[in-house]
Amino acid sequence: MSNVLFDAPGPRARVRHRYIGAVTLLVVLAIFGFILYRFIATDQFTAQKWNIFTVPYAQGKIVEATLATLKAFGLAAVLSLTLGLLLMVGRVSKHKWISAPTYIFVELFRAVPLLILIMIMYYGLPPLGYTFVTPFIAVVTGLTLYNGSVLSEVFRAGIESLPKGQAEAAYAIGMTKTQVMRMILLPQALRAMAPVIVSQLVVVLKDTALGFIVTFQELLYLAKSYGTQVQLGSPIIPSTIVVAAIYISLCLLLAGLAKFIEVRTKRGPAKNIRAQQLVNEAA
Amino acid sequence: MDTLLNNLDVFVDGFTLTLQVFLWSALFALFLGTIVGAMRVSPVGPMRWVGTGYVNLVRNTPLTLLMFFFAFGYPKLDLPNVSYTTLAIFALGLYTATYVAETLRAGINTVPLGQAEAARAIGLTFGQSMSHILMPQAFRAVIPPMMSVFIALLKNTTVAAGFSVAEAGYIRASLSERGEPAIVVLLWVALFFILLVAVLSFVQRMLENRLKVLR
Repeated sequence: MSNVLFDAPGPRARVRHRYIGAVTLLVVLAIFGFILYRFIATDQFTAQKWNIFTVPYAQGKIVEATLATLKAFGLAAVLSLTLGLLLMVGRVSKHKWISAPTYIFVELFRAVPLLILIMIMYYGLPPLGYTFVTPFIAVVTGLTLYNGSVLSEVFRAGIESLPKGQAEAAYAIGMTKTQVMRMILLPQALRAMAPVIVSQLVVVLKDTALGFIVTFQELLYLAKSYGTQVQLGSPIIPSTIVVAAIYISLCLLLAGLAKFIEVRTKRGPAKNIRAQQLVNEAA
Repeated sequence: MDTLLNNLDVFVDGFTLTLQVFLWSALFALFLGTIVGAMRVSPVGPMRWVGTGYVNLVRNTPLTLLMFFFAFGYPKLDLPNVSYTTLAIFALGLYTATYVAETLRAGINTVPLGQAEAARAIGLTFGQSMSHILMPQAFRAVIPPMMSVFIALLKNTTVAAGFSVAEAGYIRASLSERGEPAIVVLLWVALFFILLVAVLSFVQRMLENRLKVLR
């Protein structure tokens, strides 16, 4: 194997690589071993601390919390995709009075940290009389406004990556603006951007965890409430491990889907650099 | 306006801490991310596996969860006592390092293979082709996306507010004791973040135009 950084290794380099590889594995094992040792030394693996996870009632609560997380994610994902599409259409509009306000909207909501947005909903609105704002509503609205703005830019990057001839040809055969967008540009842009869009949905899923800070009763909230039960030996580390396993596997599943789509559509990452940058900026 | 002027001390303290957390975690992320990024493009198999494993695992972990572990789990492990701020910097650094690593890798991948082959063909050594041919090009490709990563980091510092770090995201909590309306305080905080992000975006755009490579 040869690439920009190095040539295919010869026999001496291969031996050297084996040594370096062994040292790397040792270092990683040492780090893991140390963490495990600290866990064992501080009695994190005693039956008392893990007992709670064998109780059906507690297990039911975990399922409930997972569903709450998924519900917030699902709703926010659908809403932000919709908002993203609307904002994108507004942004590429030829009318200044539509595109200018949309531009400001998108840039503002992309720049404000998501947690601050959620706090504005949760702490800011109820004193003004909007008492219907629950943590769930605050989290979903925050996620929607933020990710809708990011996704609109991703969609736009997708449309701008298409050859100009696509739209020109469509206009030439007499299609209207709406038809060109709906039948020619969007289908191609969405396909090109599918992996990036799904990566952004992973960000949405991860960010539902922010709900913990505004007392939304999701997985982390449950972990905290189990972890602080003194009669169970305060199993905060066991419950964090359980919750982390759930969160990480959900995200990995979704990220795997993104990878799958990327391989299926066989678009190299080079075309999506701008869009990937948008996702990085949002993560 | 009164809300801001009467409580300027809290605002200034909050944003000073935010910038400190930002700078330290940026340095840590850059350091760790460079190591991980180098591992991901290394010719040694196990190094690549470890790099890939780390990136995939941490990238798919919510930052809040990482902070949660450091803020609530770490003190249970009988390790040296560390302030919440330091723990938050650790969590932010570990999280952002995966993005730094991926950005570096993507940057190196933008350099065409022919560049390395040509450098080799005119007799440059490995070090020479690295420092004269490959790194200058990769560096140009890396800077603008790296700024995006740091913009994300700046916004992410607010998460620490949920874990007893009195930075900008915490200003609302400190001021609710003084009876200030939450919405006004939060809108001021949001405005300052918009300004900070605007400055970073401006620098990003400037660098992007200066470093643009025409291929």
